[in-house]
Amino acid sequence: MSLAERTDVRPDTHHVAPPLVEVANLTVRFGPRHRPTTVVEGVSFTVGRGEAVALVGESGSGKSVTARTLVGLTGAGATVTADRLRFDGEDVLRLPERRWRRIRGARIGFVLQDALASLDALRRVGQEVGEPLKLHTDLTARERERKVLELLTLVGIPEPELRARQYPHELSGGLRQRALIASALAAGPSFLIADEPTTALDTTVQAQILDLLRSLKTRDTGMLVVSHDLSVVAQIADRVLVMRHGRIVEQGSVDAVLGDPQHPYTKNLLAAVPSAASKGSRLSPTPPVRLTHPTRPRPDGPIVEADGLTKVFTGPDHRRRTVVSAVSFTLHAGQTLGIVGESGSGKTTTARMVLGVETPDEGAVRLLGRSWTELDRVGRRRTHRRVQAIYQDPLSSFDPRFTVGRVIDEALGAIGVRRGRERRHRAVELLEWVRLGEDYLDRRPIELSGGERQRVAIARALAAEPDVIVCDEPVSALDVSVQAQVLDLLVDIQRQLGIAYLFISHDLGVVHHIADHVLVMKDGVVVESGDVDTLFREPRHPYTKALLEAIPRLDTAGVRRHG
Amino acid sequence: MTAEIRASETRALRSVARPRVTLWDLRPGLLLAIGYLVLLAVAFVAPDLLAPGDPLAVDPQRSFQPPGGEHLLGTDDSGRDVYTRIVHGARLSLLTGLAATAIATTGGTVVGLIAGLGHRVLEGVIMRLLDITLAVPELLLALVVITLLGGGTSNAIWALGVGGIPYYARMVRAQVHLARRSTYVEAATTLGLTRLTIILRHVLPNSIRPLVVLATIGVGSMIGAGASLSFLGLGAEPPSPEWGAALSIGRNFIANAPWLVIVPAAALTLTVVSITVVGRELRRRSEGRTGR
Amino acid sequence: MRLLKRIGFRLLVGIGVLWGAATLAFAALHLTAGDPALAILGGPDARPTQEVLEQVRREYGLDDPVIVQYLHYLGRVATGDLGQSYVLRVPVLDAIGEQIWSTAQLALIAATTAILLALTIALLTARRRPWLRSLVSGVEVVLAATPTFVIGFALLIVFSFTLRLFPIGGNSGPSSVVLPALTLALSVVGTLSQVLRNELEEVLEQPFILTARTRGMRDASVRVLHALRHAVIPTVTMSGFLVAALLGGSVITETLFARQGLGTLLLNAVYAKDVPVVLGVVILSAGVYVVINLAVDIAYSLIDPRVVTA
Repeated sequence: MSLAERTDVRPDTHHVAPPLVEVANLTVRFGPRHRPTTVVEGVSFTVGRGEAVALVGESGSGKSVTARTLVGLTGAGATVTADRLRFDGEDVLRLPERRWRRIRGARIGFVLQDALASLDALRRVGQEVGEPLKLHTDLTARERERKVLELLTLVGIPEPELRARQYPHELSGGLRQRALIASALAAGPSFLIADEPTTALDTTVQAQILDLLRSLKTRDTGMLVVSHDLSVVAQIADRVLVMRHGRIVEQGSVDAVLGDPQHPYTKNLLAAVPSAASKGSRLSPTPPVRLTHPTRPRPDGPIVEADGLTKVFTGPDHRRRTVVSAVSFTLHAGQTLGIVGESGSGKTTTARMVLGVETPDEGAVRLLGRSWTELDRVGRRRTHRRVQAIYQDPLSSFDPRFTVGRVIDEALGAIGVRRGRERRHRAVELLEWVRLGEDYLDRRPIELSGGERQRVAIARALAAEPDVIVCDEPVSALDVSVQAQVLDLLVDIQRQLGIAYLFISHDLGVVHHIADHVLVMKDGVVVESGDVDTLFREPRHPYTKALLEAIPRLDTAGVRRHG
Repeated sequence: MTAEIRASETRALRSVARPRVTLWDLRPGLLLAIGYLVLLAVAFVAPDLLAPGDPLAVDPQRSFQPPGGEHLLGTDDSGRDVYTRIVHGARLSLLTGLAATAIATTGGTVVGLIAGLGHRVLEGVIMRLLDITLAVPELLLALVVITLLGGGTSNAIWALGVGGIPYYARMVRAQVHLARRSTYVEAATTLGLTRLTIILRHVLPNSIRPLVVLATIGVGSMIGAGASLSFLGLGAEPPSPEWGAALSIGRNFIANAPWLVIVPAAALTLTVVSITVVGRELRRRSEGRTGR
Repeated sequence: MRLLKRIGFRLLVGIGVLWGAATLAFAALHLTAGDPALAILGGPDARPTQEVLEQVRREYGLDDPVIVQYLHYLGRVATGDLGQSYVLRVPVLDAIGEQIWSTAQLALIAATTAILLALTIALLTARRRPWLRSLVSGVEVVLAATPTFVIGFALLIVFSFTLRLFPIGGNSGPSSVVLPALTLALSVVGTLSQVLRNELEEVLEQPFILTARTRGMRDASVRVLHALRHAVIPTVTMSGFLVAALLGGSVITETLFARQGLGTLLLNAVYAKDVPVVLGVVILSAGVYVVINLAVDIAYSLIDPRVVTA
């Protein structure tokens, strides 16, 4: 649902009772005493009873450290100072560990992201959920069991008796996360902290968890949600604090911050969220890049034709799984075809068949009229260069021993650019295209940030002068603002060079922003396809409808955009 | 997905809380190890520089002299100077270790490459054979080979070398597997490179790189194993100044002349430990390079 | 049910390994330089007549084609007949049976000591102050790198000769087991605790450990109740290393401390080129390895529920 549809937002009034959490001028430093790194600086906020406060920021903003400081688990080597740090009226700044242990779990509950990693995989769900009861109450084992079943039902887990006996990996992602939330609530805390509670979940499941969290708000409990995702925040918060580089740059009611942001960082952050509203405009404030290389004339007809692609995998238990079934589409020059689907939908396998690294069991992929299987070895090698790829984790696509220069050099060598001055000149030019300086040639990808690595991957893809680039979740692992820059770059490249994209993503907003046409895949089958605006506005297939319904809506129509 | 963002934030936090080791941050133990190895290298190349005497020269009247005075580390049961013998024995012990490791790594690399790059059936056969050798300890394998070939230094080297092949073969094959399935090899395929180029440029170097470091540590353990064989009477034979052989003699006199055991044992242990320490440091650094 | 299938599969693999070891042993037997009939009769010095040689050959079936000999051999191995020792003139199985308890005793005591010690050290030192960690880690590296017989010598010199606390060797009484067992234990504890501690530290950085802390759990409880089980899993796979190190180490330890056992048996067989005994011990060690691997596998699937149901 969208912000306007929410009925649970508390008006920003003064608190009648003393606030649950009071933070004034919190500063957290790590590292050696003579050379500390300040991770959180001068942060002040309160959380009142009955309200949900969101801490929003990208990686390195200090939001997680702040959240952990509220339970005294800042981490080894940390120096925490503040003018005031109170929980429920009690000063917790210099609380001894012994006293903290009585607060944790009993009065403050903490939910981490990704329940698969956040629950002990070797213990049953019931044991995990019941652990706070064991630590903080005097209940007998049977009483604990009963309470655990109550809790599992409260968070919406059907068949609680069965689930309590199972292990975390036997539950689906959504049920797991619910169980994790149940374990945080077990001892009845008055304050719940959730650190990225919906990341690592499929879109539909994400919506369910947000519903659950919303339903847990009561008049007496408080909630702190840490997230990088503004649309998630819009679903659940009453007040929002925006953090950047350890400082709060803006705070206020959710309507105010998301509807009418004041600080340029917040404005940029909102403008960077890709969606239907951002289509056609730039997501980041950086100006478009100018590419001056003369290009091959793009062919008129379809560049990629997929016809009835089917792929069956045989697992180690000899069971056959149809991963892709009868998938067909066409891709023309200068266009982007988006493929959306949740995990296991077969979108990556389809992309690999287009790339020619996976052979379809049925059907064929034709590139400029010729299918992969028709070609001989030399023909295949020549065709490979015309279809390049960028991956979700660019680092794994680089030889660990190579420098950036060598990575690009190899691609240039593959298309026959002569060694020496010509190659170096072209490599520098490619780096300029992706906004990286010449000094990057000697650096190693492992030293670079996620966004920089992806740019190197794009530069390498461009080096081969392809007609098509397959983008497999290229921005999912990036911060919103970095994602915005990379998406803008991809759009610039397409506009000026006419390269076609096959863009795979689970993020519907991204797909809506960048794609012209879209395929919706579920369990290996294309359930719906068509022009992106039409499909998203008037979905016909129930799955598409469910998918769109589940997207946490962020109304960014009023945001002023760049370019 | 965006779990990556969280992971990178945690990593950033960790690197801040625990500062990374720089090139100049060498621990004193490591420095000592390197120093000792330098000395050892000199003993290997030019033992006469450190100990001009004859390791085999007997002097029955001066036997069982405790360390000190004219004989820095004492004399053995035949009056031979212990210090000279230790220095000259270094070359023999080191040679055994290096040669055995060379055999094991070369053989292991070849077998591992064939298994990793070759046909699936071939790989299956090789892996089953290697599995069988897994079931038998390396020392026992070496003993089997010695039973068939007889004792002596060169047979011991072959026995140890052959016994070490399965370990390296398994490692190389695992690395080849990893490399072949890696994303960077797939990316190279999309560049239209030939299969041979991809194997030579990407698969091979990345498969062999971890081997180099492990082999360094392996030399240390081979030296120890070689000395063990000599100690058991199956390698170098007395009156060779090789450390294991010296220990097998010294054992008989442990009550009255403990230095005959302590000195070669100390030399042997220091050697193996130093090589291991340096090798581990190399591994730490190379793993940091490839990252996680 | 799936667990049974796994066990069955592993059993089959184990038998395969044993068969392979036996086959290789057979091949080795026939590569022996020299005439086995001659060796049986006591070597070239015995100078047997041609008739006696022929008789021995017939008795032992040494004239039959290789395939027949191989099949007979496999049949004998399957029934536990590992042949006849050339030197001792008793069935190999008997020779082994005599010595096996002594070695098993030694190995079990050493293994238990090493595992307990490694567990304690790792639990206490994982993720503690860096200087403590470095110190302990340094000691472990030195221990792991020191050859077994050097450890034995050191213990001998300190405890037997200088302090006179324990006997120099021999087989009599419990006090004679102490030093050999300690030698063996120390030779493996370094590697074991290193691996265990590394695993523990990795586990302690996982999110579910943080979750446990956020519930208000004490650090000690977190380590023992949550982290330990996870860390033990990969260490369980070190059992292969443990078995190999103990078997190999026992050869040296028994020699050093002049104890009876498989190690001494094996060594004497090597000196005398008594091939059947050597191969018999090797096949036995392969068998021990297979059995232990199977036990480890079962233990593994009991500890980690993901393995069986995944």
